[in-house]
Amino acid sequence: MNTIIENKQLSENVFQITLEAPMIAESRKPGQFILLQVHEDGERIPLTIADVDIKAGTITLIVQVAGKTTHLLSQLKSGESIFYVVGPLGNPTHIDYFGRVICIGGGIGTAPLYPIAKALKEKGNYLITILGARTKNLFILEDKMKAVSDEFIICTDDGSYGQKGLVTQPLKELCEKTPKPDLVVAIGPAIMMKFCAETTRPFHIKTLVSLNTIMVDGTGMCGGCRVSVGGKAQFVCVDGPEFDGHLVDFQNMMQRLSAYKKQEELKYHECKLKNIR
Amino acid sequence: MTHLSFEQFKSKAKELLEKFTGKPLSTKDKISIPMQEMPTQEPLERIKNMSEVALGYSPEQAKLEALRCLECKNLPCIKGCPVQINIPGFIKAIADGDNKLAIDIIKRNSLLPAVCGRVCPQETQCQELCTIGKSLKDVNQAVSIGRLERFVADWERDNHLMKAPEVKPETHKKVAVIGSGPAGITVAADVRREGHSVTIFEAFHKPGGVLIYGIPEFRLPKKIVEIEIETLKKMGVEIKTNFVIGRTKTLPELLEKDKFDAIFIGTGAGLPKFLEIEGENAIGVFSANEYLTRSNLMRAYDREHADTPIVRSHKVAVLGGGNVAMDAARTALRLGAQEVHLIYRRTEVEMPARVEEVAHAKEEGVQFHFLENAKRIISDDYGCVKAIECLKYQLGEPDSSGRRRPIAIKGSEFLFEVDTVIVAVGNESNPLIKQTTPDLKTNEWGNIIADANGKTSMDRVFAGGDIVIGAATVILAMGQGRIAAKSINELLSSK
Repeated sequence: MNTIIENKQLSENVFQITLEAPMIAESRKPGQFILLQVHEDGERIPLTIADVDIKAGTITLIVQVAGKTTHLLSQLKSGESIFYVVGPLGNPTHIDYFGRVICIGGGIGTAPLYPIAKALKEKGNYLITILGARTKNLFILEDKMKAVSDEFIICTDDGSYGQKGLVTQPLKELCEKTPKPDLVVAIGPAIMMKFCAETTRPFHIKTLVSLNTIMVDGTGMCGGCRVSVGGKAQFVCVDGPEFDGHLVDFQNMMQRLSAYKKQEELKYHECKLKNIR
Repeated sequence: MTHLSFEQFKSKAKELLEKFTGKPLSTKDKISIPMQEMPTQEPLERIKNMSEVALGYSPEQAKLEALRCLECKNLPCIKGCPVQINIPGFIKAIADGDNKLAIDIIKRNSLLPAVCGRVCPQETQCQELCTIGKSLKDVNQAVSIGRLERFVADWERDNHLMKAPEVKPETHKKVAVIGSGPAGITVAADVRREGHSVTIFEAFHKPGGVLIYGIPEFRLPKKIVEIEIETLKKMGVEIKTNFVIGRTKTLPELLEKDKFDAIFIGTGAGLPKFLEIEGENAIGVFSANEYLTRSNLMRAYDREHADTPIVRSHKVAVLGGGNVAMDAARTALRLGAQEVHLIYRRTEVEMPARVEEVAHAKEEGVQFHFLENAKRIISDDYGCVKAIECLKYQLGEPDSSGRRRPIAIKGSEFLFEVDTVIVAVGNESNPLIKQTTPDLKTNEWGNIIADANGKTSMDRVFAGGDIVIGAATVILAMGQGRIAAKSINELLSSK
């Protein structure tokens, strides 16, 4: 169970892990995620599903190393297995024909974005993709995203690839043009999603964001993942993970993400010191 | 009150036993036997560990306590038991020194005596109706039925006499049980006994539901739950963990694709309520579910080994007055909080927590604040809790629950500095199955509607426990499981 088929390093800190999870592969829909625990004393962390292969019974995860758990994941070799994987969790994305859709992926946010973009394209939407990262070698799934896009824009903070600047620049230009986009889907770091939502707000263009918060059970039981949406507490695991970006209190969400920062850093540090794997 | 050790209680009981054995006891004699206190770990010692607080009776204490039972002809205690255990029968067996008979009598009606003996609210059930308690005008002086139940259950386990119930020949009929808490465990055992194949689906990686993630080790050792689960496995019950019905598979899929002949839903009340006050999403505000799950299921209290983090608190406010609030408050002490304040908007009399839990919490140093409630939570520049603003309350007329309604006193606001707030004001029903099973009827609170036999609006689908009755107790969930299992067995035998 949960055996690693392949673990491929995509960039310095990003790994693409394909593992056996036939039931999740079969029932998962775009927008959903999984929770996993690497070993018996490990913690439960949510990760988005980048792709599945129903025939092979596998799911593909994209993992950015940020702490002990993701570090341990990055060290796994094919043939080794994970303590458990549970899912798919969260509500699937509402896939429909909207017309002109802009999909924005920031960093590894492209991983959850890809299945959504693909499904939107299959529904006949005109798809404009904007991918952004700090620098050139941090892009993932670029070819796959390109293949499903009608227009494709790349941005880097340092100008090493594509346009120099943030994803919000081309987004703003697209909002100003006619025909206006009918829907924007932005997935990436919280700060990026926040500014994408701010960019589209004056144009009244519906902007979906997918939130990745701290979770324990992922089934509604703990409430640790709650965010304020339109002034009401919503649970990312059972009410989300997608929400109307114009209603999300990103400031509070970003603060909540850092709740265990000190303890996490300590564990990661310990783990690196002891060279645990 | 001076703290007596297990041995001290034991030798005192031994002395008294000599006085009372070997002669027929009159009612007056029986009433004169002092109620046997539960030996516990010393309060200031136990808050430094997670081990069980109550140590259990010695055989001497158990026998002496059993001698207090009057064996009333009208059996009042049984009327107070949700699963109608033959209480005077098992107590007489203990008094006669036949512990084996005692546990056998209990097991005719209850599957989990080691659990129920520990967590049942006996003072509002069997013990409330006990004649001894009534004649002494104090329910806490009633025969300690729960402690005796625990005693024989532990005696059976410690002597390795536990046996898996017999299973009838295979019927080749399949039953799915969703959730492995008290209701699910009961249904699984009762249905499996009739020879039907049973698969339990559990969302977490460890089965046991609230007995594992919710109730702390110091009140219910996990080992006890694990042994009960092992018994189910020995009976041939299959347990699929990390399997979320409503997500990994839907309920209609279990019926149509996987061809289950019947389904029992016992998913519990798994959606924490919040107070919906300003600042409740600040860092440092937790639902009791989250706080307890991190500590119990994920073992975050073992900071050295477990990767799951849990907040390091100095001053904690727990909001609520139920057993979960007590569990959270006492866990916070054990995790190293210097001060734990429990804030409840009514008075101690209305508090739904068990008297014993409240007493334990007080002994351990939890500070109780009655007739107060949080109005808003104030955080610092980093979004971390720094204080709560509270209001003072007074009691008005009784409300629909029969308890006097708390009324906020205008202008009574005051600030209370804390760094952690744990909200323990109850649970609502979990939406996962409802969302993905359109044919399943639920009420306005999202509870699944089931009739007196546990039948839901869907053919071959039954439900029980907190998902039906709202947040309640282990024994009520077990009682409902019993009834639903009976309905399932009847349905399958007629097919």
